[in-house]
Amino acid sequence: MARQTVTPEAQKERYLRAFDSLELNGATQDPSWVRALRKAAIARFKELGFPTTRRGNEEWKYTDVRPVAEAAFQILVPSAPARLGASEVERFTFGEAGWPRLVFVDGVYIGGLSSVPALSGGVRVLSLAKAMAMQDGLVEQHLGRYADYESNAFTALNTAFIHDGAFVHIPDGAILGEPIHLLFLYTAGDQEPVSHPRVLIVAGERSQATVVESHGGLSEGRYFANVVSEIVVGAGATLRYRKVQRQSDPAFHITTTQVALDRDGTFSSMNVDIGGGLVRNNLNLLMGGEGCSCTLDGVYLITGAQHVDNQVIIDHAKPYTTSRELYKGILGGRARSVFHGSIIVRKDARKVNAYQVDKNLLLSNEAEADTKPAFWIYCDDVKCGHGAACGQLDEKMLFYLRSRGIDEEEARKILIRAFVTEVIDSVKDEPLHAYIDELAMAKLQSM
Amino acid sequence: MGETKSSPLLEVRDLRASVGGVEILKGVNLQVWPGELHAIMGPNGSGKSTLANVLAGNPAFVVTAGEALFQGENFLIMRPEERARRGFFLSFQHPIEIPGVRLDNFLRSGMNAVRKSRGLGSVDVLQFNRMLREKAQAVEIDATLLARAVNEGFSGGEKKRMEILQMAVFEPMLAVLDEPDSGLDVDALRIVAEGINRLRRSESATIVITHYQRILNYVVPDKVRVFVGGRIVQSGGKELALEVEAHGYDRFEEAAKAPPASV
Ligand SMILES: Nc1ncnc2c1ncn2[C@@H]1O[C@H](COP(=O)(O)OP(=O)(O)OP(=O)(O)O)[C@@H](O)[C@H]1O
Ligand SMILES: [Mg+2]
Repeated sequence: MARQTVTPEAQKERYLRAFDSLELNGATQDPSWVRALRKAAIARFKELGFPTTRRGNEEWKYTDVRPVAEAAFQILVPSAPARLGASEVERFTFGEAGWPRLVFVDGVYIGGLSSVPALSGGVRVLSLAKAMAMQDGLVEQHLGRYADYESNAFTALNTAFIHDGAFVHIPDGAILGEPIHLLFLYTAGDQEPVSHPRVLIVAGERSQATVVESHGGLSEGRYFANVVSEIVVGAGATLRYRKVQRQSDPAFHITTTQVALDRDGTFSSMNVDIGGGLVRNNLNLLMGGEGCSCTLDGVYLITGAQHVDNQVIIDHAKPYTTSRELYKGILGGRARSVFHGSIIVRKDARKVNAYQVDKNLLLSNEAEADTKPAFWIYCDDVKCGHGAACGQLDEKMLFYLRSRGIDEEEARKILIRAFVTEVIDSVKDEPLHAYIDELAMAKLQSM
Repeated sequence: MGETKSSPLLEVRDLRASVGGVEILKGVNLQVWPGELHAIMGPNGSGKSTLANVLAGNPAFVVTAGEALFQGENFLIMRPEERARRGFFLSFQHPIEIPGVRLDNFLRSGMNAVRKSRGLGSVDVLQFNRMLREKAQAVEIDATLLARAVNEGFSGGEKKRMEILQMAVFEPMLAVLDEPDSGLDVDALRIVAEGINRLRRSESATIVITHYQRILNYVVPDKVRVFVGGRIVQSGGKELALEVEAHGYDRFEEAAKAPPASV
């Protein structure tokens, strides 16, 4: 099927017109601060336009977003989503039926498919549209305060179209055992919709919780998910965040996850990319309080013409802050991965400890993985390091397995699995671990 | 197949092999009969491990001439996994660590592959693990190691004992043990040696590659081969090991330069 395209300039005009029509129609009911935020963001998007890979633009050097800028998507504003049965949603879920789960279809919250039990400690999980309509003070206080729409065009676009998404509030001291699942599903169809899901998670002081943000494709069609998540981790809080992306192969998936940590806060993430044609994950952390720490894990299993770009920026603004990153990729076909890990250590941020590793296993000669560590260190008293590896399976390991009777193909499979097991095993919640593990193994089976 | 009694288990004739274009094995001749235990001794770099790896089918080495028959069949054309399934076992000099692969799962996969090739069904997980734990106890391996990644973080002694455990699992027809004794303390040496003796059967055979006479006090060889410069230059009984230990390899170096003789 030959696909229609538009120029990036024309595309920009289309988004501006869509914004205007939304302002005229649906948005008049929304609180004035939301409308002001959207207006500021669309103005910024108008100036920025889509990023290009031109020289000097390090941030987008390895990921050409022209296909996103030029695709003639048919639906640019949130609209009534397709009706789904619970059975269609089931394969994207894990754990028990009573666990908190918000389901969105093409960016719009579907109450009928969601499960919102009363949670201990006053934990609240609700659609962002509802939270905004209720004039929730916390939402006003935090929404749009962390993700930078001044310089990132996609964040500006998302912010301009803030309409729905998820709001999670873990009050001070609350400890939630069961993971909260924010499930975003996409239908595609002939319409090739664009959606701008928005997530806000506010974890109060000393709270503990796990939030899973997953993105799944209901069809093999093309669509554009432009996601922005803002996460606030209070003093002494622990937030485990898992993002699982299993969209269709032609899908565009561009996300920014912006995390702000306070004193002694702990943030751990697991970023899994299985699907998507053009995927870009920005994960930005502000280590904004003494003693806070983060552990960032990632797995990408890609093949065909898939392109996955992980850009992780950790800003160690305060002393005694620690970060550790472990990303691993397995690439087949003509797949391409980029890992761009930046670590910033501010002038007075003594005793910072930062370590990042990106390892890739290439299953074909045409696959390519690029690892770009970058350090900006303005303090002497720090420990920073990085490691990278890229290559084929270890011949000595293969031979060892074969020498015990295991055939070559099976030996390869065992080693390929083992390569990602190290990362996946960092997820300890069992139903979630099993869910991710099964997804990963199914994908590997097909590679 | 009725010929096994009257023919050697392994017959190697004028075997030559190279790695990276350099010839390492320079005409190895060797016969191993059922029930035998051989010791191969030789200086560092003489090619002992190369011989072991070539027999196991390590693709890193290229066989350039000669042949090896295992139970009367051309061994060199078989894939490594096929050799293992037919009852060949190599205990590695340096067992490799494989992160992310559990030892028990790995051995069960191997065991099931071997069984499948013999037309037998898979072993059940519980049954296999019980058998593995029992065999581990015999070589004094802590059961917790079995659920860990293959050799990862194991001590040198643990790695060697783990190779013996693997041998016990596979009950091979021919086991080549490449320096099963190096780096072991007295107790570990005794455990390894007992493990080797326990597995001896009248129809199978064992080759122990070693630098030290010490292990041969426990594991008594029928034949001792001196390996110098890529081939076997002298054969004898167990007293040959004492001679090597006392005088070193100097007197064999000359012989290594002479053209290969049939042993
Ligand atoms: N993969 C390889 N690549 C290049 N050279 C190799 C390789 N493996 C072995 N060699 C070389 O082959 C020669 C024989 O090595 P081998 O390991 O067989 O000796 P060895 O008799 O087992 O020695 P040791 O007693 O030290 O274990 C050595 O010179 C070694 O450097
Ligand atoms: Mg050796």
